[in-house]
Amino acid sequence: MTTEATGSTSAQQAAPDKKKWKSNGGARGWYSRQSPLVRGVLAVVFAGLAFLLPYVGEVPLIGPQIVTQGIDWPSALFNISYYVLLALGLNVVVGFAGLLDLGYVGFFAVGAYTTALLSSPDSVLKTEWGWLATVPIALAVAMLSGLILGWPTLRLRGDYLAIVTLGFAEIIRIVATSTETLRGDRGFSDIPHPPGEFADGKPIFGVADAVPYYWLGLGVIILVILGVRNLDRSRVGRSWLAIREDEEAAEIMGVRTIKYKLWAFAIGAFIGGLGGVMFAGQQGFMNSQTFVLQFSILVLAGVVMGGSGNIAGAILGGALISYIPDRLRGIQDPIWHTDLFGFRFAIFGAVIIAIMIFRPQGLIPSRRRAMELKDRAKEVAPIE
Amino acid sequence: MSEPHIETPQEADEANARPVDRPIPTGGVVDEKPAERSNDVLLEVDNVTLRFGGVVALNEVSFSLRKGEIFGLIGPNGAGKTTCFNAMTGVYRPTSGGIRFQGESIVGKKKHEITRGGIARTFQNVRLFPEMTALENVMVGADAHHKTSVIAALFRLPRHRNEERTGQDRSYQLLRFVGIEHRAGDVARNLSYGEQRRLEIARALATNPTLLCLDEPAAGFNPAEKADLLALIRRIRDTGVTILLIEHDMRLVMGVTDRIVVLEFGKKIAEGTPTEVRDNPAVIAAYLGVPTDAA
Repeated sequence: MTTEATGSTSAQQAAPDKKKWKSNGGARGWYSRQSPLVRGVLAVVFAGLAFLLPYVGEVPLIGPQIVTQGIDWPSALFNISYYVLLALGLNVVVGFAGLLDLGYVGFFAVGAYTTALLSSPDSVLKTEWGWLATVPIALAVAMLSGLILGWPTLRLRGDYLAIVTLGFAEIIRIVATSTETLRGDRGFSDIPHPPGEFADGKPIFGVADAVPYYWLGLGVIILVILGVRNLDRSRVGRSWLAIREDEEAAEIMGVRTIKYKLWAFAIGAFIGGLGGVMFAGQQGFMNSQTFVLQFSILVLAGVVMGGSGNIAGAILGGALISYIPDRLRGIQDPIWHTDLFGFRFAIFGAVIIAIMIFRPQGLIPSRRRAMELKDRAKEVAPIE
Repeated sequence: MSEPHIETPQEADEANARPVDRPIPTGGVVDEKPAERSNDVLLEVDNVTLRFGGVVALNEVSFSLRKGEIFGLIGPNGAGKTTCFNAMTGVYRPTSGGIRFQGESIVGKKKHEITRGGIARTFQNVRLFPEMTALENVMVGADAHHKTSVIAALFRLPRHRNEERTGQDRSYQLLRFVGIEHRAGDVARNLSYGEQRRLEIARALATNPTLLCLDEPAAGFNPAEKADLLALIRRIRDTGVTILLIEHDMRLVMGVTDRIVVLEFGKKIAEGTPTEVRDNPAVIAAYLGVPTDAA
């Protein structure tokens, strides 16, 4: 997944600079010119390759460079999958509807906690449901939390909304830390794994092998991509774009702005909750320390880095924010001989700064977003 | 002058039972034969006052629009024309007074409700969605009357696909109607100024309005473009849409409107056919700055 995406990016960068914004050149232009059949086949091939990623280490020469060393590769892939999921969800809120949400981890937490409460033996509810049974409820609760947060706050704009969402995530975390029901630092253990058995009676989703989790994550991601893409290309996507560009004009043209902003929030919350449910099902244990603020910021950085408003960009960004730190594990730096993982945020910061300087519209930008950004740049500093 | 009040549209439809205190407009200097028009009141602005803090932007303004006419709202800069527009389209809420559209009060209604109810508008400073294509801009307007929403879009249900298709077809037709079909696939910001103005009209028409409000649609146009615009406005009226036109250019207003209201400093100073208004001393004073006691 990651490799193909980067491939198309470099092709995009190679396009002549002048035409960068609306060029039909590069891999994306070529792709968009193909017939639906060819595009469908290519998409299936990409998806198939993504399913084979756990075995990329077998590929001579290139493979060993890609796989992580300090963490087993399938686990790293699973991490990537839920980060990608979160980036896709946040992209709906930030990229499509243009609502800056700094507390996205809150929805991830709501999803994970609902699953934990319903399934873990540590829970006061003592229901001890299976993982699968908790999924619809956790998603409904996450969506509901999106609506509850959105209803009063979506009348706010820009920075004010960002502050409120930031507060929301912190409230969730602090409530989780300090209430007895949510068990704070002690957390929930023995959250059941997803169901399913092999023919020989061994569970598919065990503790040792993370590959099935990755495949599950990938399957969910594909469904989410299809859904989000359908929305983006419909009147819903148009309404979001109109709201992002000129909210008042959109409303005067008959767009129910509050409704569509709420939907963006609810869909974002749904996908975030989905990430949380999967996370809880794979880890088996979680506590309030999992949902720190920097998690929200990291996912947002991924979306912006990959290309806000673009599904492929969000996927790439989400994958990178998870892959880069994991890849750094187990590598020693030459001077102090410590694990490079410790420097992950320093390296990360440097990468983000570099991207903001050389490619402010993101690695795979939404063409529209890129132009909006360019407009703003022009306002700030006239070229002539 | 006080216009008769209309309680329900049904009442209004009762074959011109209501006498209107003015004759059917003759169209003034317009060289065309005015189409047969009913005396039905479409929109009624009743004693509307709008204050911003200490500033009185509109002071007890009353007028009414009849179905099928082209109505001009004119006045010098800062007279309150756009404010009046904004009050009608729900951007501002009048401090006092009422606005009724097809017999129903629209004060306090949401902007998108008013649009769905049948009032569409353009903006004095073009406000398109700059990064959307011309076609998409119009489709946003067309979406206003579509029923399917998020769930149908998510699963691409047949009903939704149908609506998308009809919306797209209609948007193409509207682009052709205003004469910029060849720019359908271009993003709005790349269109020329004149094309953008036309696109705004197409987008407003896509919401299927009964009343179309044009806020200085000819601003910055050369005479040839103005002539084209006049023709377009008449064609829109001929499709059965009532038009409210804010305009600076007196010649343009005189040429196309059936009736005119003149505002100055938020007050209505004249109302009538273009010829009546043109000869009104208060209007001449407002435009030419002749000192009068009335002002």
